[in-house]
Amino acid sequence: MSDNQTQSKTAQEPSKDQVLIQVNQLDSAYGERKILKGIELSVKQGEILVIMGGSGSGKSTLLKNMLGLMQPTRGEIIIDKMNINTVDKQQMLKLRRTMGVAFQGGALLSSMSVGDNIKLPLRQHTDLDESTISIMTRLKLELMNLAGFEDLMPSELSGGMLKRAGLARAVIMDPKILFFDEPSAGLDPVTSVELDQLILELRKAMNMTIIVVTHELESAFTIADRIAVLYDGEIVKTGTVEEIKACDDERVANLINRKPREVQIDGEKYLSRLTEGAE
Amino acid sequence: MFSNIEKLGGRTISVIEELGRLGHFLLTVVTSIFSRPFGWKELVKQIAFIGARSMPIILLSGLFTGMVLALQFYDVLARFGSVDLMGSAVGLSLIQELGPVMTALMVIARVGSSTCAEIAIMRNEQQFDALTCMAISPYRYVMVPRFLAAVISIPLLTAIFNVIGIIGGYIVGVFIKDLSGVAYMQTIIDTITWSDLRMSIVKSLIFAVIVIWIAMGKGFYVHLEKGVSGAEAVGRVTTKAVVASAITMLFADYIASSFLI
Repeated sequence: MSDNQTQSKTAQEPSKDQVLIQVNQLDSAYGERKILKGIELSVKQGEILVIMGGSGSGKSTLLKNMLGLMQPTRGEIIIDKMNINTVDKQQMLKLRRTMGVAFQGGALLSSMSVGDNIKLPLRQHTDLDESTISIMTRLKLELMNLAGFEDLMPSELSGGMLKRAGLARAVIMDPKILFFDEPSAGLDPVTSVELDQLILELRKAMNMTIIVVTHELESAFTIADRIAVLYDGEIVKTGTVEEIKACDDERVANLINRKPREVQIDGEKYLSRLTEGAE
Repeated sequence: MFSNIEKLGGRTISVIEELGRLGHFLLTVVTSIFSRPFGWKELVKQIAFIGARSMPIILLSGLFTGMVLALQFYDVLARFGSVDLMGSAVGLSLIQELGPVMTALMVIARVGSSTCAEIAIMRNEQQFDALTCMAISPYRYVMVPRFLAAVISIPLLTAIFNVIGIIGGYIVGVFIKDLSGVAYMQTIIDTITWSDLRMSIVKSLIFAVIVIWIAMGKGFYVHLEKGVSGAEAVGRVTTKAVVASAITMLFADYIASSFLI
């Protein structure tokens, strides 16, 4: 753990009874390739935590681990006092119903309309009658600025609309925790700002704990209560927006200032790599 | 030399791994049949897709198969002066063998390929992750309706194929070769026994499981396809699913025939 992280944790670490999500010493790998190394993270109730990092830093892998879609090689993830890696199937299903996930591309089921996609969790997990489900769906669609798009198929929506429809589905059960993967990726600046506002409104209206994974600086600085910066599978700094901006760690500063990573080239190794196998 | 042995070993391990994966997949699908809530609406939709929408190709292929069989049998039986047996020859061939096999091949071509591609795309677009995160089992919600629809539809399609094939044989035998229509039908009624029908039903059930299992399983594990991703991986698993289903189905046909004849 870096000094910066230790310092920041001292200043920012929420007290134990506030913590909703706790990640302890998490390692994760794809086969032999180690992606996450010793991740320590905590998220308190009602907080917006942004996990930020460059491409290949391990953001999506961390998210997959937190969602229980991937088993870590070491460490534990505790959500709402349950260790998601050891909890039994029934409890995990119960926990999942308190979580909403908005995927990068929306991940709407392509075989059904936008409305049916949003209604799906309610139809599967509640005994509500169809008219109540329809009203709730329309409410969420209104909130996402998607009124009137209920009967369209996902293939008829634009990228931004798909994200918003995915977000509507993620919050239809009024979850306690919302995970949002790359809200701004591939969107125009205006739509991106609209989505950021939507995330802030959701927290305000529903007091959700929100974890956002992104590499978009502007978006992160707008919505975050705290930011965790990932670099090469490690969290190098956790802190408020001001703390991140003021951080003197080169890896964080490079990310904030959009400075490309300096590649040190060993001439001999480079040459031998190029000529490998050649006569 | 060693590298070839290494490659062979690696290939063997990956085949065993895949068999294990697909075996586990089938087991999970079968056990998920008993999970609730049951997707009746999706089941009906899949029966319409696998069963009803396969009707045109089953009708056409059944008709032509029966007609060709009648032509072939007429030629052979005429050499032995036994053209009267054409009805039973066509009927038995269709019910015992060609009906189940041809129906399964048609379903592989039409349903197996599209099901595999659809499921692979769902995997690529994180739709299964989304279902899992919504506490909805992808096995129960996506796989079970398709599996049951295939198990219900394919034996019915086979029965329709058999009937249409017999009608095709009748058209050639009676209208082209001037055989007696009554004799054609009577020999079929006299020859076909319950065990022949049972063979047709058992084979079509086995083929239904094989076709839908391989199509869904290959698509579901598209992300584990080595060296490719995205659209290329979808194309590759779809081709593999079609080839693997056809070969496995023909192998199962031999095994089933050897037990049931």
